[in-house]
Amino acid sequence: MTDFVSESIDSSSLAFEDQSLKSERFREIRKKDWAELEALLNRMDKKGIRSLNAEDVLRLPKLYRAALSALSVARATSLDQSVIAYLESLCTRAYYRLYGTQSGLGKRIWAFLSRDWPQAAQRLWKDTALSALLVFLSTLAAYLMVQSNPEWFYSFVDAGLAGDRTPAASTEALRSTLYDRPDDASGLGIFASYLFSHNSRVAIFAFALGFAFGIPTIFFMLSTGFMLGGFIGLFASRELGFELGGWLIIHGSTEILAIILAGGAGLHIGRAIAFPGQLSRTQSAALAGRTSGLLMVGVVIMLLFAGLLEGYARQLITEDFLRYGIGLTLLGLWLVYLYLPRRDGTPFNE
Amino acid sequence: MNETLHHNKQINATDRRSLITPEGIDLKIQLADIGARIGAIVIDLIIIHAVLFLGAIIFIFGGITVNFELALSLFIVFSLFMRSFYFLAFEMGAKAATPGKRLMKIRVAARNTAMGQARLSANAIFARNALREIEIFLPLSFFASNSGSVDGMIGLLGLIWSGIFLLFPLFNKDRLRAGDLIAGTWVVRAPKPILGRDLATHNNQSAGLFSFSGEQVEAYGIHELHVLETVLRTNKPATLKEVADRIRHKIVWEKTAEERDKEFLEAYYRALRKRLESRLIMGVRRKNKFDTR
Repeated sequence: MTDFVSESIDSSSLAFEDQSLKSERFREIRKKDWAELEALLNRMDKKGIRSLNAEDVLRLPKLYRAALSALSVARATSLDQSVIAYLESLCTRAYYRLYGTQSGLGKRIWAFLSRDWPQAAQRLWKDTALSALLVFLSTLAAYLMVQSNPEWFYSFVDAGLAGDRTPAASTEALRSTLYDRPDDASGLGIFASYLFSHNSRVAIFAFALGFAFGIPTIFFMLSTGFMLGGFIGLFASRELGFELGGWLIIHGSTEILAIILAGGAGLHIGRAIAFPGQLSRTQSAALAGRTSGLLMVGVVIMLLFAGLLEGYARQLITEDFLRYGIGLTLLGLWLVYLYLPRRDGTPFNE
Repeated sequence: MNETLHHNKQINATDRRSLITPEGIDLKIQLADIGARIGAIVIDLIIIHAVLFLGAIIFIFGGITVNFELALSLFIVFSLFMRSFYFLAFEMGAKAATPGKRLMKIRVAARNTAMGQARLSANAIFARNALREIEIFLPLSFFASNSGSVDGMIGLLGLIWSGIFLLFPLFNKDRLRAGDLIAGTWVVRAPKPILGRDLATHNNQSAGLFSFSGEQVEAYGIHELHVLETVLRTNKPATLKEVADRIRHKIVWEKTAEERDKEFLEAYYRALRKRLESRLIMGVRRKNKFDTR
């Protein structure tokens, strides 16, 4: 700033001579600093932030502020478009660098696991409870209906998903689906197909379609429950209810919880768009999207975990009580991890 | 030429959005145009599929000898990670842009929200890319599955569905994808700054040849000065001649035999800018030639 001021005082004494323009001289004097800032930014782009030494780190914000002040001076006094355009893009670039995401990946992951994920889950507890209620009620309804008439099974469960597990199958065949390891699939193969499976799709879509006022999300939650209830109803009618429970719960406690959380995230966005309150709809959606997006990162982790359980644990462990033990322990751990109130009150920071 | 391109792109005022730094200065960022957005996603998809193709060759040929089923499973896991993590990893980086976006000189940034200007967070990147799944890949899988026994109605619905999402950015003023809307982000231009030469500097040696009267430099305002700057930077002889003739006519200037259009225009540019800038310092911003103050 001082350079420029002293320069303009000089120029007033020369005003009548045909010397260079003030804006031109301003540019000549400041050009060096801008080039230095640009070089620093280029270096950070190419070699990362660690390529800066202590002196550079101190210099960077100074150069950035100098460029910003030059921009406002240029806007007020210069009619050279190229200088203003140059400074605008230089300052924007430096701004994104200085005020962008800075924390390292490791720190970020730790903050997510230790604070952000549980906090996001806790913030969305109402939506999650609604989502859980939808799944629970539809499971119950489908269970009761299939119990009274097994033909209902076909309306609730997609034929492709059911495979051999239909009311037409013998009790023995149903039992074998619970314990037999498919000959043609390795654990990894099951894990891979799990990633593309119906249920992980449901979780992603329940969230992603939430912006349609949450209506598709409600549909997805209900259909998950119907399917679950359909299976339970079918197996229970053959007195295989307890065994099916073990088969489901070992990975299902993680998976179904993940789907319920995804539904909660979708409903949260749908609610924010339907009832934005004081905010505009877009602002409200963006705000809800940040918390829900955070929770969804967690949901994806849970789904990967459930995939591993389905691929390995369920195939290796065929003892019912052990299956129940593992499934219920995991459920307990998830609930404690997500919902146990924390003493650490660091403010929520997206 | 590069300078010209860079320069001309600056002018579109409707794409400007305000971004006020903590220091209180409005950076007036510019939204990425639709062409750049399409170019970026096409480049990214090409890169992803090229890598997947290479991966398929390696996994499958490598797998035949050892364990084909294992190799296939590994490839499926790899392709899913590739598709999702390509966007996530690059957009979470300091440049907040995939290779396609970098080539098109655009990046992802946090939008102004009710809470003010927020930093671009990893969660926002996740949310904007989770929705990409339903915007692009879901309709694609509709088409893929449609070749089988699925009836035409579902195919049509898929088409309408993808149409709505693909055209979504065209129908809102900030060119948001559905994913941007939810995540609180938008895509902005991130040009490498290029400082063009100062047009007022270059003609010092010829400055003596031209001397304009006060009346002559009063003929135009800032708008005309900027147009003249663009003309000089574009540097097309035909345009230079036309503009020079028009200015000569307007300011009643006799063309001498040895006078060249470009030199005349540069001298006039300098004189006009000097005049307008000295009035600017006194607080008078003369917008255009009709603005007589």
